[in-house]
Amino acid sequence: MLVWSRRGRLLTFVLALALFGVLYGLPLGVIALASFAGQWNNVLPSQMTLEHYVNAFRGDSFDQLRHSLVTGCVASLVALVAGTWAALALRRARRLPARVFDAIFFIPSAVPSVSVGLGLLVAFSHKPFLLNGTVWIVLIAHFVLISAFTYGNVTAGLARLPADVEQVAESLGARPGYRLRRVTLPLLAPYLIAAFSLSFALSMGELGATVMVYPPGWVTMPVGIFALSDRGSIFDAAALTMLLAATTLLVLLGLSRIPVRGSAR
Amino acid sequence: MKSPLGTGAAAYRAVAPAADRGSGIAFDGVSVAYGGVTVLEALTLTVNPGEIVALIGPSGSGKTTALRAVAGFVQPATGRIRIGTRDVTDVPPHDRNIGMVVQNYALFPHMRVDENVAFGLRARKAASALVAARVPEALAMVGMAAYARRFPRELSGGQQQRVAIARALAIKPQVLLLDEPLSALDAQIRRSMLDELARLHRELPDLTVLYVTHDQIEALTLADRIGIMRDGKLVAFGPAQALYRHPPNRFAAEFLGRANLLPVTGLEPAADGMARVRFGDVALTARNHHALPAGDECLLCVRPHDVHVEPHADTDNTLVAVVRSIQWQGDTQSVELALGEHVLRLACPPRLTLPGIGDPLPLHFRGTQATLVPVGAALG
Repeated sequence: MLVWSRRGRLLTFVLALALFGVLYGLPLGVIALASFAGQWNNVLPSQMTLEHYVNAFRGDSFDQLRHSLVTGCVASLVALVAGTWAALALRRARRLPARVFDAIFFIPSAVPSVSVGLGLLVAFSHKPFLLNGTVWIVLIAHFVLISAFTYGNVTAGLARLPADVEQVAESLGARPGYRLRRVTLPLLAPYLIAAFSLSFALSMGELGATVMVYPPGWVTMPVGIFALSDRGSIFDAAALTMLLAATTLLVLLGLSRIPVRGSAR
Repeated sequence: MKSPLGTGAAAYRAVAPAADRGSGIAFDGVSVAYGGVTVLEALTLTVNPGEIVALIGPSGSGKTTALRAVAGFVQPATGRIRIGTRDVTDVPPHDRNIGMVVQNYALFPHMRVDENVAFGLRARKAASALVAARVPEALAMVGMAAYARRFPRELSGGQQQRVAIARALAIKPQVLLLDEPLSALDAQIRRSMLDELARLHRELPDLTVLYVTHDQIEALTLADRIGIMRDGKLVAFGPAQALYRHPPNRFAAEFLGRANLLPVTGLEPAADGMARVRFGDVALTARNHHALPAGDECLLCVRPHDVHVEPHADTDNTLVAVVRSIQWQGDTQSVELALGEHVLRLACPPRLTLPGIGDPLPLHFRGTQATLVPVGAALG
């Protein structure tokens, strides 16, 4: 414990709460209020209404939500498989190749997502890789952007896995596939769930690359929100934002409730 | 107290196929190098079927590397390894038919105790009936039958290690590899587990065990033969008692139990394998077990508990040393004495009245309980 006195702990708690409120609570609170607002000319909104939510349920929003969910699930799942595979493969690789692959994985998350989108647009606009105008290019953009996080999470999990456990499994007669299925992956489960959750959350909110590559038939919710904001329909955009946040939160809550047997000791 | 090793061991023996039992291990010039650094150098050693061989040595001596080479987790740069009659040097670990127990138990935390024990059998696609029969046997063998449905985290360290042993034995391995299996346990549980391992081997006399430890007590208690390793080399190998009584070199004498080593000169071989030597002006006799030639300079090795306080100081093999410190250790008193520039240690009964610090103390040891050790010798 860093702070021992009761008064000090109380002060620290109040300070933390205030910081949390300003940094996280205020923006979310403003969006939540805006989603019910008919007018916002003063400090607080006025003419509170559910009309924006009715609009959200009436228009293309459900399709946009579906597109976001499908994109998030597919891209996260593929990123999870690829990230796990890469982490397992690179775990025992020599230092230099491992570092090179680390860099390759992490570079997309270090550049603006718009640049990633632009790169993909240029790369996949010509034969034989003509994917421009298809759903695939959106999925690829999301995969490229989130795979670093799945790779990083799984790598961290593998680093915490005692080497002895897998070696003992092998000594008992487990072939590599059986060992992976019955020992390594179950022990990695908390990290895999965390990796998928993070990837999914990132994908659900992804805009920069998507706005560069999305085809007309695959508008994701962030693109829809951006379009509404651009048109000045701030309150409708706020309602969609709340819908997106609630959906993402529900999925993440569901993921956090997946039971994981036992725990590494 | 009832032994936890009971019905399970009998049943285990009864169903063990004869062909699977009693395989030895042979290292034939095995060397292992990591990044150009040799950590195991030309190890040649045989573990006979049904024998326990302990490899002991300080950290970095290569003992664990040797065990891991048998398990297949380390690929030898040179040399061959055989288990039974089969050359396993290039065989993957899962195909070596070994049981392995490691220091931190390495139980699968997401599996219950019975699932842990069944793991090896299921990995080998054993029939369900066999798994159902073998798991309770193995657990009964280590006294853990009542804990079958627990998770490892619900067990104490000693119980976890018992489950690890049951898991290794359930597959009826050709050889059992134990890598410092008691190091993570506290002293009391370690002693009790040591007794249980000894009992387990009495119950399963055909089981071949390679036991790696840095603890000489574990090695002396369990092993039929002991190999002492240093800097990747085997510096001594032999039956436990012989190695203790007649260490072939200084390192073996000092590593396996405590030893007083006095530099002596003027070796004169005598009858019955004895020899006369001189320690300064004092004439001493000791066993010349290693048949050292006349005139050799060597070390006289006598264990602290073989040195006795001699009030009259008029018998052979008597030395007078000065008391430097006395440590009362419950069941013994450890006395450190100065003998000229040399240090001598003495273990004596707890009730023995000793002189004060700085006082002279006449000491005596029997020639048959001292042995001459060559200076600078390698493997004995």
